[in-house]
Amino acid sequence: MVELNRSQREIQKAARDFARGEFDKELAMALEDRGDFPEKVWKKAGDLGFLCTHFPESVGGGGLGLFESVLVAEAFCRQDASIGSALTLSGFAAEGLLRFGDDTLKERFLPAVAEGRSASAGAFSEPGLAAQWSALRTEARLEGGQWVINGRKSNVINGGRAGFYIVLCRTEPEGASMILVEDDREGLDVRACGRKLGTNLTPMADLRFTDVRVPDTHLVGKAGQGLAQLEQCLNDARILAAAQAVGVAAGAFDRTLAYVKEREAFGRKLAVFEITRHKIADMAAATEAARVMVYHAARQGGAGHGGILPAAAKLTACRAALAVTDEAVQLFGGYGYMKEQEVERFFREAKAIALLLGGETALKRKISDDLIGRLK
Amino acid sequence: MPVMEILHFTEEHQSFRRRLRQFCETEVIPHVDQWEADHLVPKSVWRKMGRAGFLCPAVAPEYGGMGGDFLYSLIVAEEISRTAHTGLAANLHSDVVVPYIASFGSEALKRRYLPGCVSGDIVTAVAMTEPDAGSDLAGMKTTAVEEGDTVVINGAKTFISNGVIGDLVVLAAIDPAQENRHQAVSLYLVEDGTPGFKKGRQLEKMGWHSQDTAELFFTNCRIPVENRLGQKGGGFLMLMEELQQERLACVMGAVTAAERIVEYTTDFCRRTEVDGKPLSRSQAVQFALVEMSAEVRIGRTFMETLIFDHMDKKNIVVDVSMAKYWCTDATNRIASRALDLLGEYGLMEACPMVRAFRDTRVMSIFAGTNEIMKGIAAKFMGL
Repeated sequence: MVELNRSQREIQKAARDFARGEFDKELAMALEDRGDFPEKVWKKAGDLGFLCTHFPESVGGGGLGLFESVLVAEAFCRQDASIGSALTLSGFAAEGLLRFGDDTLKERFLPAVAEGRSASAGAFSEPGLAAQWSALRTEARLEGGQWVINGRKSNVINGGRAGFYIVLCRTEPEGASMILVEDDREGLDVRACGRKLGTNLTPMADLRFTDVRVPDTHLVGKAGQGLAQLEQCLNDARILAAAQAVGVAAGAFDRTLAYVKEREAFGRKLAVFEITRHKIADMAAATEAARVMVYHAARQGGAGHGGILPAAAKLTACRAALAVTDEAVQLFGGYGYMKEQEVERFFREAKAIALLLGGETALKRKISDDLIGRLK
Repeated sequence: MPVMEILHFTEEHQSFRRRLRQFCETEVIPHVDQWEADHLVPKSVWRKMGRAGFLCPAVAPEYGGMGGDFLYSLIVAEEISRTAHTGLAANLHSDVVVPYIASFGSEALKRRYLPGCVSGDIVTAVAMTEPDAGSDLAGMKTTAVEEGDTVVINGAKTFISNGVIGDLVVLAAIDPAQENRHQAVSLYLVEDGTPGFKKGRQLEKMGWHSQDTAELFFTNCRIPVENRLGQKGGGFLMLMEELQQERLACVMGAVTAAERIVEYTTDFCRRTEVDGKPLSRSQAVQFALVEMSAEVRIGRTFMETLIFDHMDKKNIVVDVSMAKYWCTDATNRIASRALDLLGEYGLMEACPMVRAFRDTRVMSIFAGTNEIMKGIAAKFMGL
């Protein structure tokens, strides 16, 4: 089930080689410190086809499946949790456009995302809104061939850096729709959310729309189908986030395994102690279990039949990443708490990825709704 | 709150608590964000705190203290936990470092240093941990060679809290001539500014941003032999004796931090509406808060029992080792769950629980990792 075919092995190797060559600890630390996006690495990754590997070639992508994108996200985050996360999230919500947008919109906006010239963003969540989408307040109405948008969106990933936003709006008569809004439209106000626990290389912002006007052709997909489209689009994002988590776990594991074989305490290598060995075993088991599940979810979800798998994979992989990075910090001892050792950053990234795009509560709601339905 | 009182607070204790809370509200809380950004608490604050009578409450009156019992230390831990930062580490100074001087210092050393420790003019640090020997005290390599009236010190220490602002360091070092590692350790007082004693750069950490942690370097550093605490070679026993209180102080830090996290999170869930109803009306949130509160209460009961026994001069090495591991692990679990309940707000540094999450993570590592704690407990349980 987790066997890779030849082309997948090649992509995995190429992504690893690229990350080893281009990412480095000092760069990641400096970027994190300043809250800057890894611009140069991102452009290079775009040139070499590592962004949006699962987009068709006609819109600048690699023409491969979601599974291949998962391999890249994992390899990137394994080499560096922060840089890897920033690159993986740079195309966030472009899936919405890819899956549902018409050819004109896709050809106009997607190549820039795939080639590392523009980031994309999904403006979905609103303050105080979790699942009751009927309470969606951001509103779009048609006026003389234009959508006029008013409302607020919160915690928008890539907010302030994205070239365009896929905005979930309430539209008449009943329902929600996705509308594409370029970042330079008048009436769009972007406020950065500030520093976060992790994923600090990826900006986040709150958006305010005041009579923002876009042509009616900026409707993504069908009017009134926004929520159903959002679910599918989030499923792709959940699988990619789960792949990030697997990479973060694997990266923390690699570093810890090397450290315990090197570091001495009480006159012996840490790796000699039975407790260390068992912790290493637990970390390896958790990472492997998460990897298998995410690969499985990517294969199923990539074909559009994910069921509960995307949400369940994110839940499972994020828990694994948190447990593994937490144990990594512990095994590094005092050094594990210092910024110089990367595991503290991997630990923070793991928790941040878990909180982004729906944390424990949202994922469990999604899974149980799928399995049980919404009962009164 | 528990009905049965394990610890009994007098009116003097309560008055001390009220004054300290007032002090923290005016002199500490308004400045905490700045100190976190500066990565330092100004020494003037230590002096203010000392002048106001909140440092080293246990030091005897003849050296400037109030000769208070350990409940004062608990009160300091509880009130400092309300300030949501770790830089003004009063418990570290008062209950971990200064007791070495008070318990083992000569009369002359006590007269010279204790009044300054109480007034806040002298901020102290304890230097045990070394780069190549974390929690393994027997593995330390820093040497102290006594030559007549002088001691010559060479070596390096790391992860030293108050390492940058510290005026006086309690240093553990070994006599290289002594074969038996456990009889080789001695403790010395080294003043800041002594030739051959250099402070390294401030270490950058996941949390404790307002706390200055540094490496210390000793190169042919000469101090008078009078600055030795107790008998030569008695260091290991002294450490063993004082570590009980240090670990208890860690338990206090962990339990009080967890209490603040649960308090904040409960309040947040009550006042934050999602999908039209307060988070606290969600059954899953309710169960999570109940479980977190239960862990906090178990920790508090364990802690108070140990404080009672500690004040009764009992040897509680097994229990305090267990409490240090259990309470710090519980605090980490609670801090992580709190972020889950706060949703995406739990991702923002603007949310105070993010700082709590970063700050509490070191508790299962410092003062002997939790793995060391379990090893000690196993050993003294005769396993």
